Amino acid sequence: MSAALWPALLNGLTMGAIYALIALGLTLIYGVLHIINFAHGSLLMLAMYGVLLLFERTGTDPYLALIVMVPAMFVLGYGLQRFIIGPARHGRDENTILATLGISIVIENLAAWYFKSDTHQIATAYGDTMVDLAGALIALPRLLALAGAMVSCALLALFIRHSDTGRAIRAVAREPEGARAVGIDVAHVFAVSFGIGLACLGAAACFLLPAFYVSPMVGHSFVLLAFTVVVLGGMGSFTGSLVGGLLIGIVESLGGLLLGESLGQIGVFIVFVGVLLFRPTGLFGHHA
Amino acid sequence: MNRAEPLLEINGLASGYGPIGILRAITLSVRAGEIVALLGSNGAGKSTLIRTLCGLLTPSAGSICWLGRDIAGASSQSIVAAGLVQVPEGRRIFPNLSVQDNLLLGSYRRGRAARQANLAAVIERFPRLGERARQAAGTLSGGEQQMLAIARALMAEPRLLILDEPSLGLSPKMVDTLFELISQLHRQGLAILLVEQHVAQSLALASRAYVLENGAMAFSGTPAQLLASDQLRRAYLGV
Repeated sequence: MSAALWPALLNGLTMGAIYALIALGLTLIYGVLHIINFAHGSLLMLAMYGVLLLFERTGTDPYLALIVMVPAMFVLGYGLQRFIIGPARHGRDENTILATLGISIVIENLAAWYFKSDTHQIATAYGDTMVDLAGALIALPRLLALAGAMVSCALLALFIRHSDTGRAIRAVAREPEGARAVGIDVAHVFAVSFGIGLACLGAAACFLLPAFYVSPMVGHSFVLLAFTVVVLGGMGSFTGSLVGGLLIGIVESLGGLLLGESLGQIGVFIVFVGVLLFRPTGLFGHHA
Repeated sequence: MNRAEPLLEINGLASGYGPIGILRAITLSVRAGEIVALLGSNGAGKSTLIRTLCGLLTPSAGSICWLGRDIAGASSQSIVAAGLVQVPEGRRIFPNLSVQDNLLLGSYRRGRAARQANLAAVIERFPRLGERARQAAGTLSGGEQQMLAIARALMAEPRLLILDEPSLGLSPKMVDTLFELISQLHRQGLAILLVEQHVAQSLALASRAYVLENGAMAFSGTPAQLLASDQLRRAYLGV
């Protein structure tokens, strides 16, 4: 039992770091635009297919694909918010829910039509390499996913805290009227935030693909957990997403160890319900 | 600059929210270096006028000439960049950001060098904000927050400063400090459009005044003319 604990923990951390990165994009979009991006899962799936195509058509290594996928997803996000989701709002939040839901339906069906519903995987030279970490064997891609996701989260946090754009994003998130008064183009900042949220998905896709399969429905499993992470950590909280993501990853992994693989997520939802009952603003959330 | 040169000239302006018209046939001007008071009871349309001036509402008729150029319908960021800057009602500072970050965002439309120079100048004027540069702006007192809102607007290098109800919620002592600051900014040559509830103090500083009533201009002239009219005094100013 105890011998299996360390590998399970490590495994949980690697998945948790990916959940955190996906949740970070979701929480940034929520924190700034106050909308829930229901297309987050299908956009993750789209990014994963992007990595797959780059690998199959051009032989680009998934980690090298970061250079393409992160900016590409940023541009896609900027355009979606600026030209579709933003204009569709007409001052009502329900409209953005419908717009993001609509986008997700379109993307998923296009993917099912073009790629069929088969699952795809890529085979890299290092895909099956195992690393011995203090007695636990872990696949190299998973270790790289952990490191990559943590570095991405740290870079994003630094950017938001210290850059001019990051300052403007924080200002718009809290006080859009004041931001307009100082000459910040709020519609632009909204689109940039949405773009950054999707850039997180681009990075997550590159870290995921060497170790995971992709199918048109793959986004659902990740995003259900990412939503849980965002609510658990506190809507709009960066620290919350990071801690919540790692926590959910570990709970899921330990749940799988104790209850059997297929029941692993029960633990996640027990924790989730507990948080909703006893601390509804989330671990790091502010009171609304 | 010639003190008589018009900075802002509004002619025949109509504006409102969607199909609901609020302002009709508004005419107003502000010349370089003068303080103009904009008065009127709640709901008279003062805020609608300010929002239209700052590019948050698009006028349905009329013109807004800023330095000789029609800016009606221009974006709020280009209006700020051109030097027409407001201190919004309710201050609208960024409570989650540090005092210094609030100030730096005031110069968002300016270059890096200009930003640092503006910051140094503003902190010299408001040493209290310098002492609290690293503190979250939301932890400042109400008076300090109003000073921060004005300092943030000064960071944008305004040619005309629009102050929308700056004394709202301040203690009487802070109100005196505020009017002293307004008079100091005026002496240094800044033009100010002042929307205020403290009518007597505003009229003492202003060279001209306008009174809005039900979306139209009910009076424009000097403070002396306004105070001489019993009817206007009683109806709009309550003094």
